[in-house]
Amino acid sequence: MPILWLFLIVLAIAAAGYVIGRSRAVASVGGDHRKMHSLASFYGSNVAIKVFVPAFLFTIAWLLVQPIVVNATVSDMIPEAAIADNSSRGLVMAEVRRIADGLDSAVAAGGMSADFARTPQTDLDDVTQRIKDAGGVVTSDITAPVLNAAQRYRAMNGTGNFIMSGLAILIALGGAWWGIRESHADFRARNTVETSIRALLIGAASIAILTTLGIVLSLIFNTIEFFRLYPAADFFFGTNWAPSFSGRGGSSDLGVLPLLWGTFYISIVALAVAVPIGLFAAIYLSEYASKRVRSVAKPLLEVLAGIPTIVYGLFALLTVGPLLLEIFGKDGLGWMQAGTAVMTAGLVMGIMLIPFVSSLSDDIINAVPQALRDGSYGLGATQSETIKQVVLPAALPGIVGAILLAASRAIGETMIVVLGAGAAARLSLNPFEAMTTVTAKIVSQLTGDADFASPEALVAFALGMTLFVITLALNVLALYIVRKYREQYE
Amino acid sequence: MTDTSLPQNAPRGSNSILATDARTKKRNAAEKRFRALGMGAIGIGLFFLIVLFTTIIRSGAPAFTRTVVDVQFTLTQAQYDEAEGTLFKTAAYADLFIAQLGEILAEQDVAADFDAESIERTLGKVGGTLREFYRANEDQLDQPVNFSLATSSRVDGYLKGRVTLEGIEDSRFLMASDLDLVDELQAAGVIKSEFNWPFITGADSGVDNPGGAGIGASVVGSFFMMLVVLALALPIGVAASIYLEEFAVQNRFTDLIEVNISNLAAVPSIVFGILGLAVFIQFAGLPQSAPLVGGLVLTLMTLPTIIISTRAALKAVPPSIREAALGVGASKMQTVFHHVLPLAMPGILTGTIIGLAQALGETAPLLLIGMVGFVARGYPDGFLTGFTEANSAMPAQIYTWAARADAAFYDKAWGGIIILLIFLMFMNILAVILRRRFERRW
Amino acid sequence: MMKDNADERIGVDAMDIKFAAKDVQVYYADNHAIKDVSVDILDKTVTAFIGPSGCGKSTFLRSLNRMNDTIPICRVEGDIRLDGQDINAPEVDPVQLRAKVGMVFQKPNPFPKSIYDNVAYGPRIHGLARGKAELDEIVEKSLRRAAIWDEVKDRLDAAGTGLSGGQQQRLCIARAVATEPEVLLMDEPCSALDPIATAQVEELIDELRQSYSVIIVTHSMQQAARVSQKTAFFHLGNLVEYGDTTDIFTNPRDTRTESYITGRIG
Repeated sequence: MPILWLFLIVLAIAAAGYVIGRSRAVASVGGDHRKMHSLASFYGSNVAIKVFVPAFLFTIAWLLVQPIVVNATVSDMIPEAAIADNSSRGLVMAEVRRIADGLDSAVAAGGMSADFARTPQTDLDDVTQRIKDAGGVVTSDITAPVLNAAQRYRAMNGTGNFIMSGLAILIALGGAWWGIRESHADFRARNTVETSIRALLIGAASIAILTTLGIVLSLIFNTIEFFRLYPAADFFFGTNWAPSFSGRGGSSDLGVLPLLWGTFYISIVALAVAVPIGLFAAIYLSEYASKRVRSVAKPLLEVLAGIPTIVYGLFALLTVGPLLLEIFGKDGLGWMQAGTAVMTAGLVMGIMLIPFVSSLSDDIINAVPQALRDGSYGLGATQSETIKQVVLPAALPGIVGAILLAASRAIGETMIVVLGAGAAARLSLNPFEAMTTVTAKIVSQLTGDADFASPEALVAFALGMTLFVITLALNVLALYIVRKYREQYE
Repeated sequence: MTDTSLPQNAPRGSNSILATDARTKKRNAAEKRFRALGMGAIGIGLFFLIVLFTTIIRSGAPAFTRTVVDVQFTLTQAQYDEAEGTLFKTAAYADLFIAQLGEILAEQDVAADFDAESIERTLGKVGGTLREFYRANEDQLDQPVNFSLATSSRVDGYLKGRVTLEGIEDSRFLMASDLDLVDELQAAGVIKSEFNWPFITGADSGVDNPGGAGIGASVVGSFFMMLVVLALALPIGVAASIYLEEFAVQNRFTDLIEVNISNLAAVPSIVFGILGLAVFIQFAGLPQSAPLVGGLVLTLMTLPTIIISTRAALKAVPPSIREAALGVGASKMQTVFHHVLPLAMPGILTGTIIGLAQALGETAPLLLIGMVGFVARGYPDGFLTGFTEANSAMPAQIYTWAARADAAFYDKAWGGIIILLIFLMFMNILAVILRRRFERRW
Repeated sequence: MMKDNADERIGVDAMDIKFAAKDVQVYYADNHAIKDVSVDILDKTVTAFIGPSGCGKSTFLRSLNRMNDTIPICRVEGDIRLDGQDINAPEVDPVQLRAKVGMVFQKPNPFPKSIYDNVAYGPRIHGLARGKAELDEIVEKSLRRAAIWDEVKDRLDAAGTGLSGGQQQRLCIARAVATEPEVLLMDEPCSALDPIATAQVEELIDELRQSYSVIIVTHSMQQAARVSQKTAFFHLGNLVEYGDTTDIFTNPRDTRTESYITGRIG
């Protein structure tokens, strides 16, 4: 684990630097701490920060850039002729990376010498066999250009790692030299250290931006890759979802409409359960319930929100599904073929969303000023008239916001639909039929056997993009509405 | 009365407030109905909660017991040597076992009819178990040894009522006649039910051995993930909150961060799974199914929760504390780290525990980074490899079991949920205690 | 005429007494907010409740239409009669009571609805109009009585919350008179208003006296002197003095009243 070793070495340099810097600063005033600008420990910390931070940032940057450079160089090496008709450069590069990994594990397992793995080989079957013996995965026959590329790939990575380690240690030592030279009683060590800590704090806060950026970039790049292999119009307007199971591209129909329909249908069923129950529960809790009832019922309802979604998924699959089948199945009304259906998933998702709707609406209803209620009571209105005609209309924008947030939850929910909704993509109106959703298909396309560079796997990113855009739009809209609502009464 | 009459002449029932007029009666009835609707909604919510929990407990309880056959078995040195000399060694052991079991049953006056196949269907590969034991403990030869042999999951299911005599079809897994044998063993008093420790401590078994499946290894996997989340999300979350709450000036960069945090809190968890797959596995080349990757993904998911609660805790520290520290000449940084942060710590920890509990139950992103679809057969070899070696996690293991065709795994899935909920319950209780214990009124 | 109504109580016909309160106690949890208050409020008269803040005048006002019922910790004891009927009797529906005893609050609180719907709210819930035409008539009449008709007649569909503070308060008064109450309670109705709006509302109060018994809680002694015929002075939960406004302000009998009026306490 060379990165771990590099990390430990840099850490050791930092620790040594701390001790040296601290004692040098103390020595510069002959041990009289009062003559120093800052506390002694700040001088040590100054050195340690100067050792660690630049070396660390350099390593991270190098690790980010190296794969891009190596990929680009190696990818250029592969001649056009080596790419089969039904394949793409991306697929071949995936193969190259796999073979490089295979060579690594073969060397580690003793199946071949390091030299053997480096030099060009003519007996490709022998190489294949050796890689397979070491547990490596080889899906197609190794060709000479591919093996060449794989060897180049390994070589460049190896050299890159070596150079990186050397440079990182040099930078650490340079930082130590710089920091130690500064360590003198007059040096404003505290200010320097505090500025660095501040930078660290800003860095930590920026992780939220980086995460969003990471999500957007990983979705966009793979989605573009997908649209190169599969026409975007067919994806957005196709009414048929039938991926081929070969996992190697070809005759798949990847239309998103049946998935979107399933997603919305299930969400609507869920909201039809959660909104009335959640809203009335919130009304009761905020307007009618005594303090004692409230203090018991509210946390109990919120337990429903704390239960992991996998539990609801299992509940849908093993309890609600069979129960509905008993009533609506062929022994009952005959509307239902199997336990997994829109109704099953929607009902269970609705239960999950009850506390979500109720606690959001509770907050919203409590924000309606008491003066409005008093005004209504003062005119002789009953409590329910006040609620229906004054409180709810006043709270309406906020409640709409809460429902939108709940809808975004429902659309993005995965485990309940994976287990409870079924796997067949369908454009049907019957809520007792199995349908599938965007999230469920993301899971099945990325956990199946499909090759990562094939449209069958890449479609998951386009689905993820669709999901992300829809939920983001809902969230932004909902948060905007709720904020406007709150400002109105503040 | 005409339409042009003035309002004060409009009907208002009786003029006395002591008598309730008809309209008021109607309105009061509407009031009662509305109130009942509210109570009904609460009732339905609580009803679902009760149904959910009774289902979990009822369905999960069988996972915690297992059925064993307790027999006293003696193997002489001579029998041992002879069995080791044969070609099919385990078969020889099985024959010896069958003979002795027959004797035991005969002593109890139970007439039983069984052969090696029926024993294998009910008790699994007994010969292998015995041979393994005696090869490791040769000193136990020539003396009685008590063996507790776990029955197969179908026999277990029969005794728990999951499998019925009418419901079964003869197969290589179970014949109707085997159930007679089970009844006879029960009559002889050698079969009994005991707490299923292997379920708590064991690892996943293959798809055809539901009886041997345990949750232990995936608890360890979850543990390593939580370590990663704690080690990353707590410091990063606290640092980010300190910046936003104590240092940040209102500008577009700060706004951008705020908007990002509130939106990330509402991004579907599956999208974080895609991020983990694309960035950590595809791009950075970290190993699939590793708790390290799971931990990283869950860290990014948990950060908004921790940041939001940490900021609330920092906000709750009154400005007078900051002014007091600044007044004696502390720097802004010292004020925050020496005074504000320690006072906010209980609130931060509470938020962190709740964030961890959320992360512990999260399943969807784990599916995408490959924590399902393989059999996590064992514990990691060491502490460091615990982070990088492929392992499962509790919710992923539960999903794996739920997705298997054999209904015997459903018991295990429900049992796993009970374990998961116990962990979550403890974490939430801890959070409540922390909040109560350190709650400060300024 | 003012003199007639403000005559000595002995000479007043019992029918002219609108509210008769006797030994009223109000508690907020353990806090004894109103102590032994007994007072007779006359019909077609403006009665002002004055006193320093926290003296209980608003609390007493709210117990006259049982608005205190909406505060869970609040408890009212004693005997309050409206036209001789005990308003706290178990068979009394507070909803019916409040239809007769309207209330205007300190801060204008128009509902987030149109001006028309604000005024029509009371008549609708009490079923006072049979048909749209009748309701239109009630709305117009109420807005006219609240002296706001000319300002809003062209925009009855506009939101009530969009009006200025003084207009909002007059809208709330229109809303209250639309239910044709017999008594109008006003809890510092001008405290959130500027002087011009205050003058408008005060003028309005004087007109409302023609048809209703008006009880107004106020912080301003000048206002009490301007609009009321009777004045009650509250101090620390006690009704210290009650009588003709002119007497209270020119010739207070109690030293506490005198101190308050001359600005030494309050």
